[in-house]
Amino acid sequence: MQLDVRLPIGLMFSLFGLILAVLGLVQGSEQTQRLFGLNLDLAWGLVILAFGLVMLVFALRARKKNDGNGPAS
Amino acid sequence: MSHALTLTSIDYAILVIYFLFVLGIGFVLRRSVSGSKDFFESGRSLPAWICALGFIGANLGAQEVMGMAASGAKYGIMVSHFYWIGAIPAMVFVAVFMMPFYYGSKARSVPEYLKLRFDEKTRCFNALSFAFMTVMSSGISMYALAKLLNLILGWNFHGCIIVSGLIVLAYIFMGGLTSAIYNEVLQFFLIVLGFLPLVLLGLKDVGGWNGLVAKLAPVATKAGFASGAYVQSWSHTGSPADNPMGIEWFGLAMGLGFVLSFGYWCTDFLVLQRAMAAKDMGSARRTPILAAIPKMFFPFLVILPGMIAIALHSAGTGFQLPTKGTGLDYDMVVPTMLQHYLPTGMLGLGLTALMASFMSGMAGNVTAFNTVWTYDLYQSLRRWWGKPSPATIAYADGTVENVMFSRPEPADGHYLWMGRMTTIVGILLSMAAAYLAAKFNNIMDVLQLVFAFVNAPLFATFLLGMFWKRTTGHGAFWGLLMGTVAAGIHHGLTAPKGAVDVIKGGWLGHVYHTYPSEMAQNFWTAIWAFSTCLAVTIVITLFTARTKSDQELTGLVYSLTPKIKDHDLAWWKRPAVLGVIVLGAALALNLTFW
Repeated sequence: MQLDVRLPIGLMFSLFGLILAVLGLVQGSEQTQRLFGLNLDLAWGLVILAFGLVMLVFALRARKKNDGNGPAS
Repeated sequence: MSHALTLTSIDYAILVIYFLFVLGIGFVLRRSVSGSKDFFESGRSLPAWICALGFIGANLGAQEVMGMAASGAKYGIMVSHFYWIGAIPAMVFVAVFMMPFYYGSKARSVPEYLKLRFDEKTRCFNALSFAFMTVMSSGISMYALAKLLNLILGWNFHGCIIVSGLIVLAYIFMGGLTSAIYNEVLQFFLIVLGFLPLVLLGLKDVGGWNGLVAKLAPVATKAGFASGAYVQSWSHTGSPADNPMGIEWFGLAMGLGFVLSFGYWCTDFLVLQRAMAAKDMGSARRTPILAAIPKMFFPFLVILPGMIAIALHSAGTGFQLPTKGTGLDYDMVVPTMLQHYLPTGMLGLGLTALMASFMSGMAGNVTAFNTVWTYDLYQSLRRWWGKPSPATIAYADGTVENVMFSRPEPADGHYLWMGRMTTIVGILLSMAAAYLAAKFNNIMDVLQLVFAFVNAPLFATFLLGMFWKRTTGHGAFWGLLMGTVAAGIHHGLTAPKGAVDVIKGGWLGHVYHTYPSEMAQNFWTAIWAFSTCLAVTIVITLFTARTKSDQELTGLVYSLTPKIKDHDLAWWKRPAVLGVIVLGAALALNLTFW
């Protein structure tokens, strides 16, 4: 069975999202001062994490469906 | 620090994770490559949305992100013409009208279609020029990437060339076209998610669209144009002198919107290879149309940063573009914005996206190169070499037998092996091209000329080949050749305003016409090449006999191919319906920014 491309995409962006969000949480306020008071790492990290998780859900659902019907064509 | 950007370990971690995923995809996919069809055509098994994002990803080369931002800073919103009339209509056309022949003919490449439709010499001409262009483009991407990383991060130039080459080599070598396409999909999302925050922050900083319009007005008046020249795409195209691009509406619509854009999107195997890897005809036809949807919105991602940068720079808000010589260094728009807006972490993501854009362009060229080399040059040469030839066998008892001897066709594995070897050779040639670009600083200009000369007439050949069954192989070949020659002659007899270099034109000794800008000259060169190819092909066709019967041309020519019935498909899967929607949206964008 061929690799489902949504799996690596989902994994990579979830990982990136987590890294950025955690970085945003621990970093000091001088970073956010520069960006109109916005904690960009945290905000965008969560956006990317959400995107990654949606991709993962799609990939896992497709895999479950295929398990029932044999390998995908 | 003398370099523009400083990365922290978090930024490096993001970069390293990305490369691990890129290589991992190739590693996992190597198990599903069992023959040449898997390696070169992805086994014709991919769904439309993956092919569509690969289609866009392969097109996202060095020119796209860095180049379009630079052009946005230089010419303003008019650069969107490269999308809204210079891409979308052609993408819809290739999907609705041409894909049935590319995909339906079972041709494995665009030159192979030319062989089926016309003859071997037309294929060979196209395959050779295409192979040369892909290697050069890939080399230029590599050079631009290495130069940029050297400049903004102080990384070693040679190291960048070698590492980027090896990574692209590794994932294509293992997983073939599927691996390249999967990585293009990954790169597509990375580019969108990496650059979007830059655009949003920049837009907020400049005061939204209205703020941008207000800040660009003095820039336009200072340059001697009407105040809206940088934010209105069509309003100032009545005369070339009224807009920063120096082009009038007819040259724009005909040269860019018709000849150049249809010549690229409808005949360039680099992008079409992605559509031809689709799992069925419906998916192949939907590929360019689905690709047109994100393509339509790319101006906001790649041109807007350039416009924002120039607005902020001119308004004197503290944001400064670096200078180069007497003017601004437009190529530094993206790196400067990255550095100005993005915090640690986000910076790593933005930089990774930038590197991804270069690598997807490189990989696209290498996969197209290995296919065209293996099928259109190596295999056809081998078959021609191995044609049955008479031989005499003398037996020991004195009898003599005359037989036809032919070289046997090798097993499929031979071509798979050849594809992998060609990938290595392709990367090595790209590296050589990268050093060539580093050595001669005007080689990029020369190459762009060669591309224009070779690409511009091509669409006339395909148009006549697909829609006029009478068109002959001799007509196609000579039309193509004369079209290329006509492009050269036009370029040699004209020059853009203020040209000092023969590479810009006028190298035939006398300048008969001076264009207001280089872009105007390019568009008109394309118009001349296309018209010449069209006329010569028609005339020679009328004087030569058809060599292919109606039966041989079934599936290759419009009038001889049964129409595809797609009424049983859901409306949102029908290419014609999708095409009309996409064209409507492109029209709306043109009107919004008129």
